[in-house]
Parts: sequence; C-alpha cells; structure tokens
Amino acid sequence: MKTVVKTDTETATATPEFEKAALRQESRRGLFLALPAYLYLIFFFVISLFIVFIYSFATRNRFGGTDLSGWNLDSYARISEPIVRDVLFRSVWLAFITTVICLVIAYPFAYFLSTRRVAVRNVMLVFVMIPFWTNFLVRNFAWRVILGNDGPLTNATEFVGLGSAELLFTQTAVVLGLVYGYLPFMILPLYAAIERIDRRLLEASRDLYGTGLQSFRHVLFPLSMPGVIAGSILVFVPSLGAYVTPEILGGAKTTLLGSYIVTQFLTARNWPFGAALSFVLMLVMLVTTIVYFRKGGRTL
Amino acid sequence: MSTSVEPRGWAKAALHVNGWFVYMFFYAPIVLLVIYSFSNSRNVGTWGGFTLDWYRDFFDSSNARGALSNSVKIAIFSTIISVALGTMAALSLERFTFRGKKVFDALLYLPIIIPDVTMAVMMLLFFGEFFDVLDALFGLGLRKGFWSISISHIAFNISFVSVVVRARLAGMDTDLEEAAIDLYASRWKAFRYVTFPQIVPGIAGGALLAMTLSLDDVVITQFVAGPGWTTLPVYVFGLIRKGVTPLINAVSVTMLVVSMLLVVLSIVAQRVRRSG
Amino acid sequence: MRNLKRFRYLAVLLTLALAVSSCGSDSDEAAAADCELNQVDGDLALYNWAEYIDEEQLAEFATEYGISATMDVYDSNEAMQPIISAGNSGYDVIVPSDYMVSILIADKKVQKLNSDAIPNAKNISADFSGLYYDPSGEYTVPYQWGTTGIGVNTTVVGKDFPRSWGLIFDPSISGAFDGKIQLLNDPRETMGAALKYLGYSLNTTDKGELDKAKDLVASTADRLAAFNTDSADEFLTSGETVIGHGYSGDMFVQFLETDNPEDYVYFVPEEGGTRWIDNMGIPFDAPHPCTAHTFINWLLGADQGAALSNWNYYGTPNDAAVAGLDEDLLDFVNDPELLAGGVDSLEEIEDTGDFEINYADAFVEAKG
Repeated sequence: MKTVVKTDTETATATPEFEKAALRQESRRGLFLALPAYLYLIFFFVISLFIVFIYSFATRNRFGGTDLSGWNLDSYARISEPIVRDVLFRSVWLAFITTVICLVIAYPFAYFLSTRRVAVRNVMLVFVMIPFWTNFLVRNFAWRVILGNDGPLTNATEFVGLGSAELLFTQTAVVLGLVYGYLPFMILPLYAAIERIDRRLLEASRDLYGTGLQSFRHVLFPLSMPGVIAGSILVFVPSLGAYVTPEILGGAKTTLLGSYIVTQFLTARNWPFGAALSFVLMLVMLVTTIVYFRKGGRTL
Repeated sequence: MSTSVEPRGWAKAALHVNGWFVYMFFYAPIVLLVIYSFSNSRNVGTWGGFTLDWYRDFFDSSNARGALSNSVKIAIFSTIISVALGTMAALSLERFTFRGKKVFDALLYLPIIIPDVTMAVMMLLFFGEFFDVLDALFGLGLRKGFWSISISHIAFNISFVSVVVRARLAGMDTDLEEAAIDLYASRWKAFRYVTFPQIVPGIAGGALLAMTLSLDDVVITQFVAGPGWTTLPVYVFGLIRKGVTPLINAVSVTMLVVSMLLVVLSIVAQRVRRSG
Repeated sequence: MRNLKRFRYLAVLLTLALAVSSCGSDSDEAAAADCELNQVDGDLALYNWAEYIDEEQLAEFATEYGISATMDVYDSNEAMQPIISAGNSGYDVIVPSDYMVSILIADKKVQKLNSDAIPNAKNISADFSGLYYDPSGEYTVPYQWGTTGIGVNTTVVGKDFPRSWGLIFDPSISGAFDGKIQLLNDPRETMGAALKYLGYSLNTTDKGELDKAKDLVASTADRLAAFNTDSADEFLTSGETVIGHGYSGDMFVQFLETDNPEDYVYFVPEEGGTRWIDNMGIPFDAPHPCTAHTFINWLLGADQGAALSNWNYYGTPNDAAVAGLDEDLLDFVNDPELLAGGVDSLEEIEDTGDFEINYADAFVEAKG
C-alpha cells in the first residue's frame, strides 16, 4: 500500500544510486518536518524529565525536601510492596473497565456521526466538545449533585418507586465520572479514523456478504483499528492516573494510582518515591502501548 | 450505483438511540450547571429562586476576570503552536522515514502517559533552573507567567494533537498524492492541495482537544504559574476549598460561552478567508 | 545526522549542568531586609490560601500605598512549598501553616523579618509567642488560626451526644448514622483524630501507636460517606452527612449560610484536637521585600485584623482586633463547649521528619 515509505531493510538491499539520493532527500524532509516538535520536546520536556529521573534515585531529607546525594534504588525497591501492588491492580482494573465502556459507547456514536451529512456532522462534533469547555472540576461537582442524596437521579428513582439509588461515593460513580470525562478522547480519534474509510469498501462488502455484522467485523472494524488504538490509549492512560474524579465522586474511599502518586509529592513530600512510581508507570504504559500497536498489526 | 451502506432496521434505530443517549449523557451535568448558576442559594443543588448575583460576583471580582482572560490567552496561543508542531510531527511519522524516528515516536508518547503531578513537578524544577541560567547568561530577569504556562501546555498538547492527526493519516490512501507528484506537482503542492484537505478534520479534532486540555489543566498550571497568572481552572480549584457555591457554576457557564464564541469566530474567520 | 548527535550531547551536558547547579550554593545566613517603616519597593504579589482575604481589603492596601497588589492562591502547604523552594516564584508574601514554617526556616526558604518595619507585631496576643516552629518570631508573624473538630447536625443526631471523637469512631455511639459520617482526606488530620481518641499525641512517632490508629480508621472506613477535605461543611448542611470532621472557620461560615444556624454545632472533642496557625512570611527571593514588610505591618493593625476575621471567620491572633469582631463570630467562639477538653488539649501538627511517610502510608492502608 505504502510506496512512499521505505523501511530501513529495504534500503539496505541496495538500490541504484539515484534512488538512494531520493531516499536521502525523503529522510531529510521527514526530519525537517519532525524537527520543530522534536527539538521542542527535547528542550522543554526531556531535560526536565531527566531532572526528575535523577530525583528518583535521590533521598528524601528530614524536612521533606530532596537531597541530591546519597544515590540509591530504595524508591524503586518499595514498588514491590503489597500496598503498591494493590493500588496498581485496582487502578488498572478500573481504567480497563472505563476504556471498554468508552469504546462500546463511542464506536457506534463515531460511526453514526460519519454517516451524517458533512455540515451536520461538524456541528454534531462541536456539540460533543462543548460540555468539555466547562471546567473539569465543575463537571465532577455537577455529577456529585446529580448522584447526591437529594439529587435528580435519586429523586427520579424514588419517584418511580425503585428506592434511593445510592450511587454517590461508590466505585460505580467513579467509573461513571471517568467515562464522562474521557469519552470525547475516544470519540475524536475513532471518528477521524472511521470517517476516512472509503465507503465503497463497505458497499462492496455489503454486496458480497450481505449482513451488516460481517461487514463490520471484516471491513469496518479492521480499517478503523488505528482509531480504536489511539482512542483506547487516550482513555486508558488518564483513567489510570485520575485522582480528581475518584476523590469527588468516589469519596476517596479507595486509593488509586493517581492519588497515590499525588500523595507522594504533595502529602508525604517524598519526591524520590513519587518520581520512581511515575517512571515505573510510564515504562509499563509505554511498553503496553508499543505491544498493543504491534498486535494491531502496525506501528503507529 | 450506490447501494446504501446506511444500517437498516434495528441497527439504524440502535445507532440513533445511542446517539441521543450520548448527547443526553454529555449535557445532563451541563444543564444542571447552567440552571444552578441562576439559583439564589449558596448550595449547588438547592434551588433558591432566580438571581444573577453569581454572575455579578464573578464580573465584580478582578481576580476572576483576570483568570478568565489569562486562560483564554494561554489556550489560544498554546493551541495554535501545538497544532502546527503536532501536525508536522504526525506527517513526518506517518509519511517519512528518517533516522531517529523510533525515538521520536516514543518521545511523543511520554507527555501523554506521564502523570499530571509528575509533569508539574518537573516543569517547576525546570523553570526554576532555566530562568536562573538565562538570568546568569543574559541577565534576563524572567518571571514565571504566560510563557512558562504556555510552554508547558504546548509540551503536552503537541503529543495529543499528533495522536489525533495520525489516526487520520494512518493508512490514508497515498495514491492521490503520488498521482499528483507523478503529474509533476511539487511535493508541497501535492500536500497543500491533496493531502491537507483530507486531514483537516483530524487537525480540527486535534485543535479542539488541545484547547480543551489547555482550558482544563490545573495541576501543571498551578506549578508553573507566576504572580498574577492564575488561570480559571486554578481559580476554581481555589474556590472549591472554601465551598462549592453557584459562583463556580457562573464561572463555568461564562467559560462555556467564551469557548463557543472562540469557535464561532474561528469558523467565521475561515469562511471569510475562503470567500475573500 | 551528526548534527542531531551533537545536539544530544549538548542536551545531556545542559541537563547535567542544571542538575549540578541545583545541588550547590546555599547562600549564607542573610540579614533581614533593610526596610523602613511603610516603605514600598514595588507591587505586592501575595501567595495565599484561597478565600482567605477579601479582594477589596487587598485593593485597599494597594490604593493606600499607590501600588498594585495581586493575589494567587494555593490549596495546600505542600503545593506551595515546592513552588517557593524552586526559586523565582515572584511572590513577596506567603502564608504557610505552623509545621510548614519550620520546614521553610530549616530549608532557608523564608527570610528574616526586620522588626523595625513591623511595629504592629506588638498587637499579637501572648498566646502566640514562643511558638514551637518560630520561637522568637524572627521569620514569621501569625496570620489567622483555627481548630479541627467535629460538626454535627443536631436535628438528626439530637442535642444529647458525647463531645468525644467516639462520635465518629465508636459504632455504639454513632452506628445509627453509618454512611452519614465524613472524615478529612488528610493523613495527619485523620490519623491525628484517631490518635487523640486513643489517648496518644497526634505527633506520635511510635509505630505501634500509629498502627492502632490505622486499625481504628480502617474499621471506621466502611461506615463513612466519604473522606473529603474540601466539602466537609457543605456535606453537613446539604444532608449528605450528619457528622463531619472539618475546620472551625469553614463550619462557622457554612452554618451561618443556612436558615437555622442553631441546628448545627461545631466543637473540638474532649480528647483534644488540632490547633493550627497560619503565618505570614517573606520568601528568600521575594522581589519586593519592603512592600512585603509594609503589608504585614498593615494587616496587623487593629482595623485590618478585625476585617480579616470578619471576612474569613477564623480566629485572630491580633489582640487589638478583638474589639472589632462581628457578634456572630463571637457567639461561635464564646460557646463554652467549643473546646470540650480546654485549650491545653489542643496540639499543633509538627513535622515528624521521615516519619511523615508512615503517616501517609498508614492512611492509604487504612482506606484499603
């Protein structure tokens, strides 16, 4: 499919001189395009990331500051403690559920969007984003009112005779809040991917197979895979690190990874441990992401 | 020739129901937010009669107005820069091979997967040192504020934009662009007239995402802001400590209106440019 | 490509340089700023807790001295500290709590005050002299103070309840209100309450005592509505809870906002609780130290001190200001049962050094 892009192995199998030159030019162009973002991230992100990396081997001092001496691996050693394992397991589970629910809701929605007329779908897309221009915290508080003991939801269920729906300060409320918060992150890339798919492929598959389910399984879904992957990452990752929603809607009754890391930086003032936790988390996510992409059949 | 691929029967109904459900889900808290911003009761959730007091409080407070304008400035600036850089990065990764590509690819994911508070802490340390270094080298007595916040927002937004744009570019047919090149269009022209129009939805999605993230960020902004550079989310975060009053609803509704105006303005600007 | 490699080396070098520069150069003990009374040397940048001073009061100061005054806010000592410590914060006055003052002093992040420029310090009550974190008052002056205790909705719980932490921790007393109780989402405050109930110091560094407190909180966790710090007072008045753990001023303000303030009671249990004191200090690299001194002195005046308390409903350390306090506030403060165990039962939270980690962990473990 991709003829513009040649992989390194292809280059190695020796091609005529002019083609090599063309490839070199391609490579220069690519680098030229990448360079601004590359340099930006190296200067404003990697350098500072490196400073925190150094901190993860340092020692918390008596005053809650960090002594940049006495280098050790203690912070990384603490990660095997049962308390950290519990927190990690709980958080991964919750983030996974959130991602699955988001995918199940967002996929048909993104598809639905892509079947609308161009003008309509742009308006619909903007209407997806509008709620998210209010403040994140405020949205969480609004949900707290909705789910609260005298809120609309409880009043509604009591009115219907279902009794009081005591959702606030439960895990269900946390998942609901996370799904609400990150659903657009799933919709946007999914829509971008689905909208791009050549409709004629779907038509052809409909002509050949007949059932909509089959053309979904064999044509639509595989072709939309990049969107599924991008969306899943954009939802899974912040869910794993979430701490505002579990605190406001979950009543902070269980500790999740996000809160645990925040606790290290902002309560225990244990920066080395907080930094070490972050790096382990990032490593796990980076590896998962890369493996996920490979499984998805391509590198993104 | 067109056999419709529109789902039929129950599938069509299910898609419609799901669509309505999503919008209801999205707007339930927003409707509540708007209603209670007019409530004459200190507690959100108790209706105390109609009032505009909360809006008056908000506009009377110079801190609040300052925070709103700070947020808007930073959101606009950081969105523009990160959309440009992020789109270029996405193109380079999807359409070109170059040395260091894999490292760049991985690097781009880091700002997405790093926990907020960790990024906040590291940017804080960075600016603490960076401004000292600049001061020592060039005698620039820089203060944290617009630039430090924008720089930090751009740093995470580049990645989010590039992920969305790449989802659009990935596997997109390159035949057209190649055909254009075969017809001796320059690489740039082929991009400008063939590829670019196709990825505009991706870029728009990325821009919306970037703006949303910038308008929502609390933790990182709090750590890299300087005197007088409190943004709206940070301001709201402070208000909440004292009590969740409808004032924060009024703030949010104002934010909503401002964001909508921004989008409408940008659409109008585009129209004008196109027709001009 | 070579360029890129060279750039990488450069980046690494620069990083190392930054890392090294951050370890070195502790400046020597600096003398207090050379400022005269009422001298201003620029605009004021105040870094304060949210909603802790009326914007109009700040504007009054600005007008009086012909400068501009901005305020930015933080929501915890731990969020403020790194921002000040990193340097270049740009703030002239900060308002850290007791234990944080001791940390900032030890870390040399606040500068000595010039007492000549703050004559109004004489207004500070004798109760606030010789404080453990700044015994001679060299670095800070008290701003406001308050306690941490229990708020009760008496229409549900009744008026006849023991003024004890048992109201939260003992199911035989409050079992009927399970699911309607809230504890602060703060390791030191909540573990501290449990420690007090068990008869220990809330600054204990004894692992055994902390473990008992942890078990107590763990056994209570299932009976709670939530662990929450920001909304303790609102939960109480909105009916989400009937027994809440929170800060004095927040509770008072919230009670007064309801139709029947007399339905609510706030007290510090007989076993004792936290007294906390927030203080004004000047960061080591404050750009306008003289304006900072002038502001501190101004706020310690009788009228300004009263205006401050009448706005945020926290206690004033300013003797001269007491005469100007609102009656509503005095009613709360003069409740004979406010401090069920008397003033001596109160303790300030102290920094326990490396033991802080145990508090944080115990709290996480107690929540499960």
